[in-house]
Amino acid sequence: MIHNYDVIVVGGGIAGLYTALTAVEKGCRVAVVSKVHVVRSHSVAAQGGIAASLGNEEEDHFEWHMYDTVKGSDYLADQNAVEILAKEAPNEIIALEQMGVPFTRNALGKIEQRRFGGHTKNQGQAPVKRACYVSDRTGRAIMDTLYDRCLTKNVDMYNEVFVVQLLFDGNHCCGVAGYDIANCTPLVFHAKAIVLATGGCGKIYKTTSNGFASTGDGFALALDSLIPLEDMEFVQFHPTGIYGLGILISEAARAEGGVLRNGLGERFMERYAPTLKDLAPRDIISRAILTELAEGRGVEGQDYVHLDLRGIGKDQLAQKLPEIVSFIKTYLGIDPNQALVPVSPTCHYMMGGVPTDTEGHVLQENGNGFLPGLFAVGECACASVHGANRLGCNSLVDLVVFGHRAGLSVVEHVREKNWPVLPQQAESIVEAKINNLLDSQANERVPILRAAMQRLMSEKCSVFRDNQGLSETLAEIRQLQKCYSNIGLSNKSRVFNYELQEALELENMLKVAEAIVFSALERKESRGAHFRSDFPERNDEAWLKHTMVSAIPEGLEIKYKPISITKFTPGRRRY
Amino acid sequence: MKLKMKIYRFDPGADKDPRFDVFEVEASPNDRILDCLNKIRWEQDSTLSYRMSCTHGICGSDAVSINGIPVLACQKLVKDYDYAQEMIIEPLKYFPVIKDLIVNMQPFFKRIRAIQPNYPTLEQTTVNPIEKERLQTNEDRAKIDDAIKCILCGCCVAACPVILEQEPRFIGPAPILREEKYILDSRASPSDTLERMHIMEKPYGIWGCKSYFMCTIVCPKGIKVTEQILKTKKKIIQDLHPTSE
Repeated sequence: MIHNYDVIVVGGGIAGLYTALTAVEKGCRVAVVSKVHVVRSHSVAAQGGIAASLGNEEEDHFEWHMYDTVKGSDYLADQNAVEILAKEAPNEIIALEQMGVPFTRNALGKIEQRRFGGHTKNQGQAPVKRACYVSDRTGRAIMDTLYDRCLTKNVDMYNEVFVVQLLFDGNHCCGVAGYDIANCTPLVFHAKAIVLATGGCGKIYKTTSNGFASTGDGFALALDSLIPLEDMEFVQFHPTGIYGLGILISEAARAEGGVLRNGLGERFMERYAPTLKDLAPRDIISRAILTELAEGRGVEGQDYVHLDLRGIGKDQLAQKLPEIVSFIKTYLGIDPNQALVPVSPTCHYMMGGVPTDTEGHVLQENGNGFLPGLFAVGECACASVHGANRLGCNSLVDLVVFGHRAGLSVVEHVREKNWPVLPQQAESIVEAKINNLLDSQANERVPILRAAMQRLMSEKCSVFRDNQGLSETLAEIRQLQKCYSNIGLSNKSRVFNYELQEALELENMLKVAEAIVFSALERKESRGAHFRSDFPERNDEAWLKHTMVSAIPEGLEIKYKPISITKFTPGRRRY
Repeated sequence: MKLKMKIYRFDPGADKDPRFDVFEVEASPNDRILDCLNKIRWEQDSTLSYRMSCTHGICGSDAVSINGIPVLACQKLVKDYDYAQEMIIEPLKYFPVIKDLIVNMQPFFKRIRAIQPNYPTLEQTTVNPIEKERLQTNEDRAKIDDAIKCILCGCCVAACPVILEQEPRFIGPAPILREEKYILDSRASPSDTLERMHIMEKPYGIWGCKSYFMCTIVCPKGIKVTEQILKTKKKIIQDLHPTSE
C-alpha cells in the first residue's frame, strides 16, 4: 500500500513529534511512522530535566550554557550550533510551558530549576541551577504534551511499522519503505520531505539504559543509502545505571544531593573533579568509577560503587525523585532513604549520528552540500552540539530546539519543491526482504549472535578502549556479520513476528557497531567519552575534527570534517 | 529455580481456538517477569508474542494479566509471586486479542483522542513563543501530580468492573484521568475547563464510574485513580450543577 504525505517523520519521540507538530501547524500533511506505538518511544525514559538559562533561580546566561556545552564536549562540538542551542533554549522552554508541559514550580510560581552535571556559572566557577524539570519524569511529561497536541492537530500516526529502506529519486529522498509489524504488509510512504528521528542504539551493548527499540535503525538506513555518519566513536556511558540492570538513575539524584562512594565509603569524585565533584560531566565520572573498580575499591570486591541518597531527606526524595525511588524499591528491594544503591556505568547515548546542519538538512557524502528531501533530528542526528561528550539535560533541549528548526526548514522545502518520483519496485523490495528471512532454512539464530555482539561491545568498545581490543572487536563484528548472512527464523508467522523484526534490527546493529568500532580504532587520541588507553591524551593538533564514516563496496571508509570554533578556543578540561 | 509459566496462546493465522502452553524457565527471584518471557522466546519458542520496550515501567508497552491481575511484566519480579505455583499469563481483559499476549489497543487510544487532549486556547505557541512562562503555584501544580503519572498502559481499563461486566462503552479510568490533567490544571482558561467538563458528562463518560477502586488497586504507577475521578466529579457538580443536592 502506498501512502502520500508532504512530510514523513520516522520515529515518534520528542524530536520527531516536535518536528511533525511544527510542520502540521504550518499547513503540511504530516505522518509519523514508528516501530513502537508513538507514546512508547524512548524519550519517555528521560528523567532529570531540560537545560535552559532561564535564570529563574540564580543568575544565568546563554553564553555560560554555551561555554559549558563546548567544554563538556571536550571542544569537539560545532560552536555555531551550540550557540543556537543555548540561545534558543529559553524560548523553547516557554513554548513547551505554553503547550501545557506541567513543569515543577518554585516558590514564586516560576519553572523551578536544579543543578546538573557540567552546568556551571561563569565558566566553571560553581554548579548553576539550569535544569527545568517535571519531577523525574521530564521526558514522559513532554512526550505526553506533544503527543496530545499532535493528535488534536491531526498528525497521522502509523504505529508499529518497521522501516527498512529510504527511497530516492536520483539523489532526492522521496519516501520510505517498510512493513506493518502486525501483518507483514509492505507499506510505502511517498513524501516531499523525510525526517529521520529514530533515536539511539544502546542495545548494541549488553548493559544499557535504553529500551529494546533503541537499535540504531536510522543510522543503518543512512549507511545503506551511502550517507556518512559523524563521530560514531563517541558513545556515552551514564555513570549511574542500577547495577546489573542498567536502568538509569538520573543525574538529578546527585543534583539533589546524592554522592558516589567507593567500597571504602570515600566520596571519590573529590579526587577526580575537585570543583564539581559528583556533578562533573558523565565521561569523567564513568571513568572515575571504573578506575576505582580497577584499583580494587569496588564494594565488597564486586564491580560496582554506591550511590548514597540518604542525605537528601525523605520528603525531598519523594517529591523530586519519585520514579527513581520506585525503581530502586521495585528492582533492588531497598529503600534509598536508608540503604546505599549499587550502580555502575550503563550505555546511554550516542553523541554522533547522521550529520546535519543547524536546520536539520542531512549532509551528502563527499561534502557535496545537502541531500534534498532528507532531514534528521534528535539522538540519531549530529549537528554537532554534543561533540565528544554530552552534558545531562542537553539532550531534551537538543530535541526541541533542533526539532523546531528542522520543522521550519521542512515546511520551506515542502513549499518550494516539486514532487519527486517514487521508485516503482519499492513494495516488492520489502516483500522480498521479508520472504527471504521467513523462507530461510539457514541455522544461525538471532539471540545468539546478538548476545555475542553485546558482550563484545561491552567488553572492548566501552569506556576504556585500545588498539588491540578494538582491532579484535572489528574482526569479530565482521565475523558476526558473516554469520548473519546465514540467519534463519524458526517463527514463520506473518503476524507480530518479533523474531523477524529482531533479525532486521540485528542486521542494523551489526552495521552500526562496525561503524562505531571502525571510527574508534582510527581516532588515536582520548577526547570526551572516547578514551584510548594507548593514547591517553587529547591531541588537538591532529584530532580536533569530526570523524565521517561511510559505507563503500569494500567496507567502511573514514574522512574528516572541520569543526566550527567561534567563541571558545580549546582549553584544558578540568572540573 | 525452575519457574512454571502457563501462557495464553493464539495465532490468528494458524489457530481456530486459543490454548495454554506451559513453559519451564530457569529464573532467579530478582528476575523480571519480562526477563522470563524473553528467555522463553529466545531459548524455547520464538513464536511467543508480546509487546515490550523500556523494561522499567515507563513506556507502558508490556501490560499483561498475571494470575488474573493486570500488571506490567517489566515491573513485576519473580519473587513477587508464589513461584512454587504455576504462574498464569494472559492478555489484558476487555481488549480484543490479536496474537498471544498482544491485544488491539485502538479502542483505548480512540477514547484518549475523544477527550480532545489539547489546550485549545494556546494556539500557535510553537510559532510565536511569548516571552514568559505563565506562573503557577506549587499547590496548583500538585493538583495534577497524579494525572501526569499515567503511562497509558491500559491496566486500569482491563480491571474496571464497569467495563468488563456492565457497560463496555464506558470511557474508562485512564481517559478520565487524561481529561482531568486539563480540567484541574490552573493554567487552563475557564471556558476550556467548562467545555471539558461537558465532554466528561457525555453518555458513557465520567458518571459511568461506580468507584469500584479496581483501577487504583492495579495501577502500576500507584495513581489514586478513583480518588482523582471523585475529585473531578465533585468539581463538575460544583461548577455545572451548583443547585443539585
